[in-house]
Amino acid sequence: MNILAHIGRAVLTLMQEVGSVALFLKDGLLQGLTPKIYVRQILDQMLKIGYFSLPVVGLTAFFTGGALALQIYLGSSRFNAESLVASIVALGITRELGPVLAGLMVAGRVGASIAAELGTMRVTEQIDALVTLATNPFKYLVGPRIIAAVVTLPILVAIGDTIGIMGGYIVGTRSLGFNSYAYLRNTADFLELDDVTSGLIKAAVFGFIIAVMGCYHGFNSKGGAAGVGRATTNAVVSAAILILAANFALTSLLFSE
Amino acid sequence: MAEAHILLDGVRKSFGSKHVLNGVKLAVPKGHSLVVIGGSGTGKSVMLKCILGILQPDSGTIRVAGENVVGLSGKARDDYLQRFGMLFQGAALFDSLPVWENVAFGLIQGRNMARAKARDIAIEKLGQVGLGPEVGQLYPAELSGGMQKRVGLARAIAADPEIIFFDEPTTGLDPIMADVINNLIVDCVKRLGATTISITHDMASARKIADDIAMIFRGEIIWQGPAKTIDASGNPYVDQFIHGRAEGPIQMDVLKP
Ligand SMILES: Nc1ncnc2c1ncn2[C@@H]1O[C@H](COP(=O)(O)OP(=O)(O)O)[C@@H](O)[C@H]1O
Ligand SMILES: [Mg+2]
Repeated sequence: MNILAHIGRAVLTLMQEVGSVALFLKDGLLQGLTPKIYVRQILDQMLKIGYFSLPVVGLTAFFTGGALALQIYLGSSRFNAESLVASIVALGITRELGPVLAGLMVAGRVGASIAAELGTMRVTEQIDALVTLATNPFKYLVGPRIIAAVVTLPILVAIGDTIGIMGGYIVGTRSLGFNSYAYLRNTADFLELDDVTSGLIKAAVFGFIIAVMGCYHGFNSKGGAAGVGRATTNAVVSAAILILAANFALTSLLFSE
Repeated sequence: MAEAHILLDGVRKSFGSKHVLNGVKLAVPKGHSLVVIGGSGTGKSVMLKCILGILQPDSGTIRVAGENVVGLSGKARDDYLQRFGMLFQGAALFDSLPVWENVAFGLIQGRNMARAKARDIAIEKLGQVGLGPEVGQLYPAELSGGMQKRVGLARAIAADPEIIFFDEPTTGLDPIMADVINNLIVDCVKRLGATTISITHDMASARKIADDIAMIFRGEIIWQGPAKTIDASGNPYVDQFIHGRAEGPIQMDVLKP
């Protein structure tokens, strides 16, 4: 009996959470993404979300590209198919690892900071103060973060893709003994525009998830510093899980075309 | 007789099973200064937030200048909020913005005033609360509690509102700074001719600011009258509160040693 009660409670809590996220999403889209548009806030957030995430995303992509080249070399040499290294690195990075890893890294970095900032603004009544100054917090805080994340994540991923492929190239030519010209040829011949755009579409979706989860948990935090800490953790964990789930859904969708 | 500027009748508000406001009835004539006294956690801040529409009352009427204001939305709500200034309990300054931009926020964002002009007004308002122009460049985190309250006061009066709320303006300040704030409030209110509701449990402050005093207990207004008559209220709850006695009809939930 006890077990059933536990399961029931967990399901109810989950449903309640889904419902309140949906309501938040409605306000975030209908109020946050309609005029008045705060251009200054959007630019500010693009700088914080996009530009300052460059080092993290770049390093992640570089090392992943390098490791990928090593692994594929190891696997493909068993079938005497080493020539596949360049093409599979390019494919794996652009279609899958580039957007997913960038999404997860940015979820940790940006999702957390959005939740912490808005959470602090909530518990110190700064969000209430915005309202009394006739400023809609969905337009001033939520909208700009969603727009900035959706716009900058694909740019970040495009840069990350380039760096990741470069990581594979460096490992391939320096330690696996590939000919530099042949490696680049292989990459260029094999890679199609679809591979890149499918990754960028994923990135935009991940950006949306990160911003919405950060804002949602920040907005709903209560109970002082501990509450803000909880909101930060929940923002990162929920964004990470949703990114992985959305990645699976999008891959199936884009794959079946 | 004309209707009071601010009128509450039967206002109720609960959070879950917690009943915070149990039918608040209050009237503030135009240009009057009402001070609401009452213990911590009795719903004073919640009452102000209901009037501002930050919280929705569960039932009851709230009328400002003869018009129902419960459930306003969109433009009507923005226009309504333009008439208010609010000093929050913890000042609630935006810590990402410098002091002058905090003060000018309602002018720039709410009223679309040019930044340069809003800045001049902000510096002037800072002067009215005894802060020099150089303070405008600082960030809220660099200010003492008393200075933060003064900046909050400058922000509340920046747009020359017709109604101002002060939520515990002197709590947490030393007695001298508290009196400075009291004088500033009296000055500002006189200059603007505004209708005000102030919340406090500091009787010295209440006597200085108030035309009328109301006492809230268990979510209801149990006494309201001219400030001069408070010492002869004949109400045992009021007597206990203004003399700060532990013994009396108001019982705190404290375990006896
Ligand atoms: N948003 C909220 N959600 C749940 N409970 C709240 C909320 N705001 C206030 N309360 C509760 O309402 C009661 C009154 O709060 P408040 O009006 O802030 O008291 P005070 O009279 O000290 O200003 C408190 O017990 C508080 O916990
Ligand atoms: Mg309060």
